[in-house]
Amino acid sequence: MPKRYLYLWFRYLATDRLTKITPELRDRPFLLYAPEHGRMLVRATSPRLTHEGIWPGMVVADVRAIFPEVEVFPEDVAADEKLLKNLAEWCLRYTPVVATDAPDGLILDISGCPHLWGGERPYLETIVTRLQKGGYDVRVAIADTVGSAWAVARYGKCKTIVESGKQAEALFSLPPAALRLDNSTLQRLEKLGFRQIGQIANIPRLNLRRRFGDALLIRLEQALGTAPEFLQAIQSAPVYEERLRCVDPIRTAPGIEIALKRLLESLCERLSYEGKGMRTGIFKGYRIDGETVQISIGTNRASRNAAHLFKLFELKIPELEPALGIELFILEATLVEDVNETQEALWRTATRNQTAISELLDNIAGKVGMQVVHRYLPQEHHWPEHSVKEVGSLDEQPETEWLTSHPRPIHLLPKPEPIEVMVRLPDYPPVHFRYKGEIIHIVRADGPERIEQEWWLRTGPPRDYYRVEDPTGARYWLFRLGLYDNRTPQWFLHGYFV
Amino acid sequence: MSDLAARKEILRKLKEKILSLEGFSVGDDNLRHDFGLDALNDAFPGGTFPVGMMHEFVSPTEACAAAANGFLAGLVGTLMKNDGVCLWISTGRKIFPPALKFFGIEPHRIIFIDVKREKDVLWATEQALKCKALAAVIAELRDISFAESRRLQLAVEASKVTGFLHRQQPRLVNTLACVSRWKIRPLPSLTNGLPGVGFPGLEVELVKIRNGRPGVWQFGWKNGRFHIIPERSKRAERPSLSQKERHYA
Repeated sequence: MPKRYLYLWFRYLATDRLTKITPELRDRPFLLYAPEHGRMLVRATSPRLTHEGIWPGMVVADVRAIFPEVEVFPEDVAADEKLLKNLAEWCLRYTPVVATDAPDGLILDISGCPHLWGGERPYLETIVTRLQKGGYDVRVAIADTVGSAWAVARYGKCKTIVESGKQAEALFSLPPAALRLDNSTLQRLEKLGFRQIGQIANIPRLNLRRRFGDALLIRLEQALGTAPEFLQAIQSAPVYEERLRCVDPIRTAPGIEIALKRLLESLCERLSYEGKGMRTGIFKGYRIDGETVQISIGTNRASRNAAHLFKLFELKIPELEPALGIELFILEATLVEDVNETQEALWRTATRNQTAISELLDNIAGKVGMQVVHRYLPQEHHWPEHSVKEVGSLDEQPETEWLTSHPRPIHLLPKPEPIEVMVRLPDYPPVHFRYKGEIIHIVRADGPERIEQEWWLRTGPPRDYYRVEDPTGARYWLFRLGLYDNRTPQWFLHGYFV
Repeated sequence: MSDLAARKEILRKLKEKILSLEGFSVGDDNLRHDFGLDALNDAFPGGTFPVGMMHEFVSPTEACAAAANGFLAGLVGTLMKNDGVCLWISTGRKIFPPALKFFGIEPHRIIFIDVKREKDVLWATEQALKCKALAAVIAELRDISFAESRRLQLAVEASKVTGFLHRQQPRLVNTLACVSRWKIRPLPSLTNGLPGVGFPGLEVELVKIRNGRPGVWQFGWKNGRFHIIPERSKRAERPSLSQKERHYA
């Protein structure tokens, strides 16, 4: 059975994206630009500008001279790529093999699919109608080869279906640019007077190769179907989802619990088969009145323990309002991570202990909130506030040692508190300081320990830290922000030592 | 003579039985840890620091709280020696993790739970104390009722996890079901006559200990261990039996 390919060309992909975000742009002339060699070049133009003869590659200033009312926006390549990928994933409903053709095309391998829509014509019409309703200007063609579908979609009549084996006839009247060639080859072809592919196809292969190299021949043969061409199909992310339909609508908490248990069991079975664990999950109920109710949970470590996950969901079941009844339950693991079976090395304790601790933390986080659990690792910064970093997972181990070269206070105030000090000489520790209206005399002091700002991160005055002790034995961590140059620097209390 | 020895033996066994009924685990060598607090051992029932119980620390001032947290860190460092994990539950946490390294704790093995309400501290502490996999649980809160502390004590008696309640500036120092009450105050540092701030000094006051003998000791923290300062430590007079405090301690 011959292969059939469908090519989708989004002529105005970038501008369509903007129009969808701001619909009032629809009939206005606007363009997208990007800087190149110190000037702004047009990258994409709206349909109206294109009709006026403005093409990508022109200078924005020239366009402004012609159309003073033109609106300009910066180009966003990443967003366009993402949009194209999303469109490709959407197209998976029509065929299992979809490949993106950057920057603005999609290739669909439709072999064996169109009959489900009643033939190629209705199939093509369905896709085009749906995409046009979605706000995309799209040109499309179906042919035996990727090359000919590409050529006909871009240079032929819109919605052409090239019959099987007839690609040569369809191609011969098109310009050489329809062969996906690079610019220098195209210019040479133009110079030699080749205006149509048919003219090239009749020349002996040997002469063509000598003059234009292999690329032209390969493209020509790929378009005609004598050379193979491979697609790199996109992979859709696997969906971890389980559904449970109910014959009678469920209205009671025990009923919901049974449904949840069943779904969890089958999902956890699948997760353990694939060596994965759930980090976040959503449990949705579709009510018969058309509303959807849902509860969600998160775990500290990827888990596939159905009993534990059930306990986390169980706390939130009262939030599900069944009203007249729920007819469909869906359990979805929205974030899934690998679970390392052989891992024994969380603080070299037994795995059982790790599981017990992470389940305890899940319980606490489930009731009080995910943001309450904190764990810290050392970070190689001297600035005290940046010397630790928070980590989300329990398995992460420190890459560097905790430093003990300089004393650090056991209590660090969340924000340094300003104090008034009496200092005998600059660079000396204070004699006494006043904090919250109380005067504290200093009998012993260590310091200064100067900590500079890290200039590659931020700039500002350095801090000079002093460790001081009052007559009762209370030990404080004070610092002076900045130096004694023109103005008096400010002093702060930053912590308490043991 | 042998009659006397036999009687002593019976008494010793009876005492042990009473202690174990009260929740202490005497005679179990797994639960003996070397905290470096040898001078205190006489004060404890059974001659060893009671692990698997609730301990209460009261700190009236900010400086005392820092000292108490240092002392706690020293204790927890010993409890975590066998790669244990500790939970530190509080509402307004001030602990600076890198400083814990000075007390023999790997700071990344402490999990901090920072909740907003004291009620959640109590709930989380009770949940944590039921988890046998933890080495210790430290809860920082201000006020707690006797009934609430009883719940925590029951949880530790089942799980044998050591729990510490650190009460900072409590409105009322009420009676709790904890086995002990400690007050830690900072002392001028040990400088050996050298200039600058030396090794930290702590005054450890054991205000109450069930079945033990309260007292006041002075310790210094030096080279990763507690060191007693003998000339400044004293044992409280043995309270007479008429003092009710001892029974309800």
